[in-house]
Amino acid sequence: MIAAAFARLRGWEGLLLALLVVIVVVNMAHSPYYLGVGNIINLFQLEIEKIIVALMMTLIIINGEIDLSVASVMGMSACVMAWSFRAGVPLPWAMLAAMASGVAAGLINGFWIAYVGLPSLAVTLAGLIGYRGVARILVQDRAIGDYPGWFNALGQQGLVGPLTLSIIIFLAMFAVLGLVLHGAALGRLVYVIGNNLQAARYSGVRVRRVKMTLFVASAVVAALAGLLYAARLGSVRGDMAQGFELDIITIVLLGGVSIFGGSGNLLGVGLSILVILNLRNGMGLADITGNTQTSVIGALLILSVLAPNIAQAIHIRWKGRET
Amino acid sequence: MTWLRRRIRPEQIREFSLLLLIVVAVLIFGSAIDNYYTSRTFNRIASSVMIITVVAVGQTLVVLTRNIDLSVGSIVGCTAYVAGVRIAADNGLPAIVPVLIAVALGAAMGAINGVLVAWGRVPSIIVTLGTLAIFRGLLVDYSGARTVTTDSLPPWLVDLPRLDLFTLAGLHVKVMVALALAIVIAFQLATSYLTFARQFYALGSNPDAADLIGLPTRRIVLTAFVLSGALSGLAGFMTLARFGNITVEAGRGLELEVVAAAVVGGVNIFGGSGTVIGAMLGGVMIGTLEQSLLRLQINEFWRDAVMGLLILLAVASDAVILKRLRALWARADLEMIARSAPRTGEAP
Repeated sequence: MIAAAFARLRGWEGLLLALLVVIVVVNMAHSPYYLGVGNIINLFQLEIEKIIVALMMTLIIINGEIDLSVASVMGMSACVMAWSFRAGVPLPWAMLAAMASGVAAGLINGFWIAYVGLPSLAVTLAGLIGYRGVARILVQDRAIGDYPGWFNALGQQGLVGPLTLSIIIFLAMFAVLGLVLHGAALGRLVYVIGNNLQAARYSGVRVRRVKMTLFVASAVVAALAGLLYAARLGSVRGDMAQGFELDIITIVLLGGVSIFGGSGNLLGVGLSILVILNLRNGMGLADITGNTQTSVIGALLILSVLAPNIAQAIHIRWKGRET
Repeated sequence: MTWLRRRIRPEQIREFSLLLLIVVAVLIFGSAIDNYYTSRTFNRIASSVMIITVVAVGQTLVVLTRNIDLSVGSIVGCTAYVAGVRIAADNGLPAIVPVLIAVALGAAMGAINGVLVAWGRVPSIIVTLGTLAIFRGLLVDYSGARTVTTDSLPPWLVDLPRLDLFTLAGLHVKVMVALALAIVIAFQLATSYLTFARQFYALGSNPDAADLIGLPTRRIVLTAFVLSGALSGLAGFMTLARFGNITVEAGRGLELEVVAAAVVGGVNIFGGSGTVIGAMLGGVMIGTLEQSLLRLQINEFWRDAVMGLLILLAVASDAVILKRLRALWARADLEMIARSAPRTGEAP
């Protein structure tokens, strides 16, 4: 047990943990405000919707698929809510309608991917453009605001102590998805399918049902994240959350999840989230602009796969010389 | 039927039906919009498609090798800006200089992608997702958020988008549109007949087999990325000429439009099949819809929704219909082989 934990620490998660420690120490030396409760909450709040969606994306990528449409589903859900609210529907019902739009998007994605067998990259690329289109049709170029006070408070103020609703949802999802992925039968199936789709199919795994479940769950989580985003901003526009999909996928891949499916775990993604949030926050405190932050994270993403490959190549060459 | 089958490949049916679909779309728009069949409509569609098409040609080569290049939008932005700054600083430079700067810079950026994918063994989606952010970040830092403006550019460059190469039956064919067309034709011929370009298909169809028969797989991947970068660089120059004002946002989001054009054009996202002409037709289909929906008085916000549906239909028809056609062709080939050697019983 301890040996297994130690082995894991020497691997990917250990690397991320070391990186995290370095970042935290540097940040602490840099700014006295860094470890304050306010800054920690703020650090999570700034990217909270992305990291919520990234948790579900982890399962999709381990399953050997990808969902490019999440950011557009976020936008669509927020726009469905705003449009129905503006049309006179009470806000709770408008939020329900938004969640229903998420379910619909998930069913559409899942149908084409799981039952027709189209590549998820193509289907969700169509979804990325199409669902954004629905958002644009509903809201056009307006910004819809003026929601009841409780809605904005839900997105911006602490619900339990300083923890906002979004942060509580994130923590709960992390726990639940961790249990599902690493402790439940469904989680094993996600890995089995991601490792070898054909073998899984011939072993009688209900591949279609698992994939359908994952894509519906992904879209529903994205729809929820869209609502949380709307509550935090207090205003909804057609281009909301545009381009988030790339950031979300970056978080998951930096967490050591293989883009080819079958390997990776939620702990790695959790660490990757902490690394990215603290790195961005630290760079922000050091007055480094958003674009440079994004470049640094892009470089980190490439290095995260490149470095182990180089290390392995050197190791093989070194071994070969010895014998 | 046999005669037909020998001369036509399933992919060509796919391209022909896409062409038919474009014609149908044009006819529908023509009946719904007054003064649709004019030289102006043609120009609008052509100049909106040309940049996407040039980038899509490069993207097709990369996708054929089972990779993807998501950094093209950032490469277009960087090359447009750098070439723009150079020509703005010295308006007397010969015309070829900004073109060369853009293409060379693009090729260098493509080479970075290619080396990381082929020799670093990092999946292309990770590499180009990273360089998408890195190249854009470098551009923002390099530019200091300044903008290249039209009035700083020499007159020949500003006039270039309006320059006609020739006029055919009332249609003014612009120099830049002709350039894009020439690139499509050149790469279509190369990928059809040149050994070096057929290797893209060989690698994408079966990477292990390509490696086993001794193809230089790493060099092929590098070549595809360098060409994609160089063509994106050329598209960067075209962007500079077309828009004149280049901000650090130039080309942002282009990668998804380009991938969409390739997918609609029947380029298989898992490599090994698809053509350059197909990618161009995909671009033309998207451009036609985009520009025509803009002219229709109905809500312009419908554009994206229609486009998403179109991509889905293209991919679905590809999977369902083309798979059947390919199976039909393969079965006929097998029968023919069996008929030609029935007695000896040897494996063909």
